Amino acid sequence: MAAKVSPIGAAPAYDAARVRRDFPILATHVNGHPLVYLDSAASSQRPLPVLRAVESYETHSHANVHRGVHALSQAATAAFEGARERVRRFLNARSTREIVFVRGTTEAINLVAQSYGRPRFGPGDEILITALEHHANIVPWQMVCEQTGCTLKVAPINRRGELAYEEFARLLSARTQLVAVAHVSNALGTVLPVQRMADAAHAHGALVLVDGAQAVPHSRVDVRTLGADFYAFSGHKMYAPTGIGVLYGREQLLEAMPPWQGGGEMILTVSFEKSTYNELPWKFEAGTPNISGAVGLAAAMDYLESLGIDAVAAHESRLLALATAELGRIPGIELVGTAAHKASVLSFTLAGVHAHDLGTILDTVGVAVRTGHHCAMPVMSFFGIPATARASFGCYNTEEDVARLVAGLGRAREVFG
Amino acid sequence: MDLKELYRDVILDHNRHPRNFGRLEGAGGGELLHADGHNPLCGDRLSVYVRMNGERVEDIRFEGSGCAISTASASLMTEAVKGKERAAVARLFEQVHTLLTHHDAAPDAGLGKLAALSGVREFPARVKCATLSWHTLKAALEHGAATVSTE
Repeated sequence: MAAKVSPIGAAPAYDAARVRRDFPILATHVNGHPLVYLDSAASSQRPLPVLRAVESYETHSHANVHRGVHALSQAATAAFEGARERVRRFLNARSTREIVFVRGTTEAINLVAQSYGRPRFGPGDEILITALEHHANIVPWQMVCEQTGCTLKVAPINRRGELAYEEFARLLSARTQLVAVAHVSNALGTVLPVQRMADAAHAHGALVLVDGAQAVPHSRVDVRTLGADFYAFSGHKMYAPTGIGVLYGREQLLEAMPPWQGGGEMILTVSFEKSTYNELPWKFEAGTPNISGAVGLAAAMDYLESLGIDAVAAHESRLLALATAELGRIPGIELVGTAAHKASVLSFTLAGVHAHDLGTILDTVGVAVRTGHHCAMPVMSFFGIPATARASFGCYNTEEDVARLVAGLGRAREVFG
Repeated sequence: MDLKELYRDVILDHNRHPRNFGRLEGAGGGELLHADGHNPLCGDRLSVYVRMNGERVEDIRFEGSGCAISTASASLMTEAVKGKERAAVARLFEQVHTLLTHHDAAPDAGLGKLAALSGVREFPARVKCATLSWHTLKAALEHGAATVSTE
């Protein structure tokens, strides 16, 4: 019997073929071709352990949480609160009181904007973001500016799509109340020096919110080491279901913030004269939460850690390097975003072919990429382009996927001659 | 799905060499109408300029940046409506709309080169690319100056 051996002391090679078998959707055929899914930055796919955890919860444990003495309500509460503890561990937060379940990154940022920013900020105060932000980390702050009279400042980027750090540092002042920054740019893949930015922001007395939507699937996030006062992310970009996300906030900050939405779950007592609010984190969780989503998120974290986040990240880096080299050889391809430190995203244009046409042509050969402005119109404006095509990699992508992308781009060049 | 149905030679030609591209300025008499169109889904923007002579489209131009389908559709549109009466343009709008959205509609004989757009209906995600210029023209004729959106 032949045994598979690996050199003593070497880590076992990352087995993407085995990982792919965990994702049933990857067996799909699109337009007669096996699916090549290169759109994980928009939404990743779900592995069987996540699908099964959700199914098992719905089949055996569902009732409303925190509301009943009956067995199922207790089972649901245990599953939901167990998921919260799983998230705490994933982020290395101090307490589950710091873990608020929300719909996703967007809701998490809006919660901070409305509950932290709106009551505190006023004329003369500044919110500092970067030119790389997703609309979800721009518009909520513009709304707070309209509501309070505070000012939005934007730290610029260079032509490689990297933060101009010195400019960022110059924009920090005693007026800066909050720095809101992406951990990883969704449009370009740039990894921002968040820890350094947080240190600088704190030195000026500003708080730091990190939009971690694109970071959590690719990197180990320790909110304490990072120095994030708030950290927001979505489940669906890290192999969990849609409609569940997390706001991490330092307990002291969350404690001082008023509830964002009112309703059930977030109260202790209600009378027509006055209601008293629940403790953290439930103070911020009005209404019945997405219980099965939280269960799925916990399962996704287990799954990702079973693969090893570092191993996944290393695998994706290899694919990114391969794709960057391969696309660089195709005449007319221009890479958009060439930062020294990138994660998993390759944005590009092809001369003479609009990104939308490129997306259609790639789709006809079964290759799914995102095309458009990636909810980052200011980034597109900076580069003077209306749109890019974006290939993004997840734990299940392979070198074959890169080859299929390259072949598809060849097809696009043929069609447009 | 057949790419050749979508990217027919006429489409590729009008994408590469858009006709009546540019803007119309105020000089030259006649009523000058203008509207901007925007497809927030893909970021495409285009402007349509029309010079009317009474009820007749005396001249028409468009400018903007967009995909091959939206550029070719706009270019073909300018050729098709130039010299037509307002009412005839409205009829053409309906015919094109039917062509793009009704799966089994046979191209109307009167459509001429516009029939090349029929391949778009097999690609539902791209129908809005083809209709953007037409909605923008409609807005220009009906309101004179407006921004229309496909969403």
